[in-house]
Amino acid sequence: MTRLRDLPACEWQQRLSQDGLALRVGPYVYRIRSNVPVVREGIGAMYGDFPVAQVDDYIDFDIALSTRGLRQRLRDEAEFICDGVTPFERIPLGQAYAFLEWGMNWCVALHTNEYLKLHAAVVARDNRAVVMPGVPGAGKSTLCAALALREWRVLSDEHAMIPPGSRATVPVYRPVSLKNESIAKIRAFAPEAVFGPQSKETHKGVVAHLKADGAPDSHDTAPLPVGALVFPSYQPGSPQRLAPRRRTESFMLAAYHSFNYSLLGEVGFDAMRTLVAGANCYDLQYHDLDWAVDAMHQLADGGMRE
Amino acid sequence: MSYLLRDALIEPSGVAGMDNAQLACLVAQARNSRLLASLAARLAEAGVLSQLPGAAQRHFDGATLVHEKQRRDLAYDADLVRKALATRGIPLLLLKGGAYIAAELPVSHGRLITDIDILVPKSDLPAAEAALNTQGWASPPISAYDASYYRRWSHEIPALHNARRDTTLDVHHNILPPTAGPTIDAGLLLRDRREVSPGIYTLSYRDMVIHSATHLFQEGEFHHGLRDVWDLDRMLRDFPARDPSFWDGLVERAALLQLETPLYHGLNYAQQVFKTPVPAEVMAEAQSPLRKLRKPLMDFLYLRAFRPDHPETRLPLTDTALYLLYVRSHYLRMPLHLLLPHLARKAWMRRMDQRDGTTQ
Repeated sequence: MTRLRDLPACEWQQRLSQDGLALRVGPYVYRIRSNVPVVREGIGAMYGDFPVAQVDDYIDFDIALSTRGLRQRLRDEAEFICDGVTPFERIPLGQAYAFLEWGMNWCVALHTNEYLKLHAAVVARDNRAVVMPGVPGAGKSTLCAALALREWRVLSDEHAMIPPGSRATVPVYRPVSLKNESIAKIRAFAPEAVFGPQSKETHKGVVAHLKADGAPDSHDTAPLPVGALVFPSYQPGSPQRLAPRRRTESFMLAAYHSFNYSLLGEVGFDAMRTLVAGANCYDLQYHDLDWAVDAMHQLADGGMRE
Repeated sequence: MSYLLRDALIEPSGVAGMDNAQLACLVAQARNSRLLASLAARLAEAGVLSQLPGAAQRHFDGATLVHEKQRRDLAYDADLVRKALATRGIPLLLLKGGAYIAAELPVSHGRLITDIDILVPKSDLPAAEAALNTQGWASPPISAYDASYYRRWSHEIPALHNARRDTTLDVHHNILPPTAGPTIDAGLLLRDRREVSPGIYTLSYRDMVIHSATHLFQEGEFHHGLRDVWDLDRMLRDFPARDPSFWDGLVERAALLQLETPLYHGLNYAQQVFKTPVPAEVMAEAQSPLRKLRKPLMDFLYLRAFRPDHPETRLPLTDTALYLLYVRSHYLRMPLHLLLPHLARKAWMRRMDQRDGTTQ
């Protein structure tokens, strides 16, 4: 298997600017084109360990983040293109990298339904996965980043992909997206952390991505069994706790965090029931990252469903 | 690679021999044309879908799931609407995609819908709106100008949205705005309606075709253009078998509704794009000397508009053609003495909004 870093820089950069650079992301292949320097820099920093797709692989998402035409060039703008069409407004060049990452999430969120998809970070230890659903701002990405820097494997910071009927989750690793204060928090938590280009003034404020595929099996594609569902909430000034929660409520909350629970109908209901029945469910209320990481270690050491 | 989508829809068996690059291109063209689930249905019916590599199959299956979800939702919502209208003695008549699905016609296989379109007699509009309000369908606040525009010049009321169901209902009292050239007697459409399940109606087969063609050729945007031509193809292949006299009265019916021109275009482009069999005498009957004279220009414009929005299929001058069709759609809908003040007013309002910083 060839990884991006095995290719000479001039070669992958040429692919990126011309016919497209095809990378494997979990079960999918993205072909990415860009003529924007910050995107090239970000891909170099974040995607070095990603497997490069074979020439005849099926391309799931053909995307570009490029400046097209004189008008965009003069205004320092770029646009996101998926399969030849531009679904969104133009964006300032300074946000290009964050927008590429966001657009890649959008592809999975909109165009795939073979899995029950939860808006969740997914991490694993000893080959058992913890699914952490949460709304933006719940602190799931921050916790996910911290765990990655303490030798957990990150399966995704955005999508838990559950094959219906299974108690497993399919890895779809991508760099972990951090916003605003979380960036400084993670830098302080682990000074050696590797970040991609920072995008300012996006609709989410400042955004930067963390390279979180340090675990040797980060790009394995085999599904992992889900041992626990943890619902994180970042709450400064409140007591910290990791407490079991009822399965029935967890079911409802997980369904709320799903992108396609209702779309899948009965299949979605059965998939969610199977998932929740097979996992222990917890609330994790935290404000201190070291405490939260310790709590997760304890959970991994005995709080997960066999 | 070019126009894979059309070939695949016409002759699905060819898809079995495609390589991954061709399949990905086909999926993209179909997705951009809102035809991915329709193509999935076509491939499944031809026994081809299960032969495709899993990586491609899952994209078709994903679109099929979206279609199935819409079908479930439609059944539920149509029933709510039917009950609400029934309290005022108004029958539910579905139009377009909703009608195809409710009538379980082959054209509905994989058909994606966005809104539910219904037709009610104009005199029943206030009662219908009041009844629907009680079931949670309400129009979001719009400016006084927009509201009066709808009431005076439109063939529909502002879209009604149901927040709990997250569905949108377009209530029409006619199939063209009163400002468009032909004045259609909606009573004719309502009189010939067909009951497809207890209390749920669609237009007659002929009127469905005429309406679909009319809708397509009055539209200014063509995201669904090819999809609408595909609808016509499916119906024109299916209806003659259901009603042996389908072709006989078709042009006559369109003439009665003053919609011969859109019908002619519909038949012409279904034939040109999807090789739809249309009896020569029907084509001859629908064609007038003026339509014949205009055909080269119309072909130039529409055959561009009906291509998938995809780099492999876009023809030169597509943007120009789309712009001209957009302009055309405006003057088809409104005479200039109404259109120009309206556009000026809208432009002015947009400008004021921007200055106030109130645009979203």
